[in-house]
Amino acid sequence: MSHVVSPIRETLVSGGKSYHDVTNDICKQVEGEPTKEWKIAFGVSCLVFAYGAFCLGYTWWQGIGVWGLNKTVGWAWDITNFVWWVGIGHAGTLISAVLLLFRQKWRTSINRSAEAMTIFAVLCAASFILAHMGRPWLFHWALPLPNTFGSLWVNFNSPLVWDVFAISTYLSVSLVFWYMGLVPDLATIRDRAQTKASKFWYGAFSLGWTGSAKTWARYEYVSLILAGISTPLVLSVHTIVSMDFATSVIPGWHTTIFPPYFVAGAIFSGFAMVQSLLLITRVVFKLEDYITIEHIEMMNIIITVTGSIVGIAYLTEFFIAWYSGVEYESYAFINRATGPYWWAYWMMMTCNVVSPQLFWFKKVRTSILVSFILSIVVNVGMWFERFVIIVTSLHRDYLPSSWAMFTPTMFDIGDYIFSFGLFFTLFFLFAKFLPVINMFEVKAVMKGVSTNYPFKKKPSGEKERETVH
Amino acid sequence: MDSTERYLVGVYDDDEEVVAAVKEVKNSGVKIEEVYTPFPIHGLDVALGHARTRLPIAAFMFGCLGLVCILSLISYTMYFDWPMIIGGKDYFALPDFIPVSFEGTVLFTAFGMVTTFLVSNSLWPGKKPRTFDLRSTDDKFIMAVNMANNRKSESEIETILRASGAIEVNVKQF
Repeated sequence: MSHVVSPIRETLVSGGKSYHDVTNDICKQVEGEPTKEWKIAFGVSCLVFAYGAFCLGYTWWQGIGVWGLNKTVGWAWDITNFVWWVGIGHAGTLISAVLLLFRQKWRTSINRSAEAMTIFAVLCAASFILAHMGRPWLFHWALPLPNTFGSLWVNFNSPLVWDVFAISTYLSVSLVFWYMGLVPDLATIRDRAQTKASKFWYGAFSLGWTGSAKTWARYEYVSLILAGISTPLVLSVHTIVSMDFATSVIPGWHTTIFPPYFVAGAIFSGFAMVQSLLLITRVVFKLEDYITIEHIEMMNIIITVTGSIVGIAYLTEFFIAWYSGVEYESYAFINRATGPYWWAYWMMMTCNVVSPQLFWFKKVRTSILVSFILSIVVNVGMWFERFVIIVTSLHRDYLPSSWAMFTPTMFDIGDYIFSFGLFFTLFFLFAKFLPVINMFEVKAVMKGVSTNYPFKKKPSGEKERETVH
Repeated sequence: MDSTERYLVGVYDDDEEVVAAVKEVKNSGVKIEEVYTPFPIHGLDVALGHARTRLPIAAFMFGCLGLVCILSLISYTMYFDWPMIIGGKDYFALPDFIPVSFEGTVLFTAFGMVTTFLVSNSLWPGKKPRTFDLRSTDDKFIMAVNMANNRKSESEIETILRASGAIEVNVKQF
């Protein structure tokens, strides 16, 4: 079999790696003692997690009265954070499923950590869903379980119930997708394991994988079908999240543009988050040969495309608010841009619409430092987008006498900090104990994308690599 | 287990070579038990003569099962057990039920297919792998020939394997 590769493609694995080098490079950080940097980073995230856990525990104990909510603004940071984290999670599925369907080989170096990020981000989002219920121990009331209230069921007409199904399906299917991708790599670690503990644990979780041709053939189908069903799943999840708003009658929420606009925003912020994490991971674990400038540039291009879609959505929304002739709708939008929350609106516009346009310059999108800064700017902007949609639509409702402002308390902030603590603690544990790069997928595409390949002289010399001219 | 299963294990170090080797070795009349590789190689299962997997059919069936289950649940709760008029819609407001039906379908497809995959390959937590060569999950491509299924002598098969490009030929007994 020959790998057909176009000469205009840039290399995705540099440094003339052999298959064995890939195994060594990636397994090294799993097998070795944790580095000092890792210990410090993990320690800090544990502290953040502990502080956040205190705040969240207090919120659960006292009730959501400790938040800055009032009669007018009934949803604020809780739902802002929920939508923000769910959106971030979407990039993992997009990278592993959609790019798999489009046969984008550059995804192989980044899909593992992006999928891990998906799972952790959805867990963070779930923490806000539970907290905003006020009585999280009654979570099961959102499920269609037989009960003693005359068997009163959940309302399947409600987007909030759709959301319960969408998020829980998304979390469990992503977990399965991620774990199935891990199994062959866990077997690699198992077969190299030196210590008793790692032999046991990696042995148990690698499910007795041997890599027989029959298993691989079936495995490829499983990956393909999982990708095929995850793609509409990921679109459905953020569509349903947007319907939590769009099916209500609040001016500023009741718009049909929400589903595509939310999905584009989710991809946008998710790719930015993957970018931030990758730029840190590649330095800490010395993976510059696997996560190359080419990867960073590809990510930046997707950020620009989705950022532009989001920008167009903002403008469309504004135009339609005026063009509809509905005065409440127009007021909601004029109030966003010029009312007391003007700073949040313009923060969102600058971070999400203006800043990604800088990536049109090749110098900018291939600069690691600028990419890192802009990836964080984008996520700040996307947080403000959700804040603007939620808080500014609510704070001035139909009745001017009940107009109010929202001020966060330390528990609003503390619960947000909790989600960061949770996210980074899980991410650092993942980065230490599991291979951060999908070794078998990188090996499978190496011939097409590695420098200095063939790294081994062919004995016969008859089977040369085919190149498309 | 008594060590009656005796295998000749050919070690190759290139994915393209091992596919060519499979064809060569088969043409020389040697029955190959299985090939173990560190990553999927397209066309290897075809060269070995493995039947095409029916997993996609299983996945489709699980999807249908999921759809039926979730729609039954919704119609039982919303139509038969406790009908209520919500937003002026029918008791059985199908358009409203599409999102949840879709999620249920996806959930059943994913879990059903993955479970089928694990069962059909007998993979389970804590299973001891039948490893012919530890390097088969790293960078080597391993061809296992079961001596019990072959009439040729060991030295003959070894010559065939080496001629097809094997860099090592080992004996493995289970």
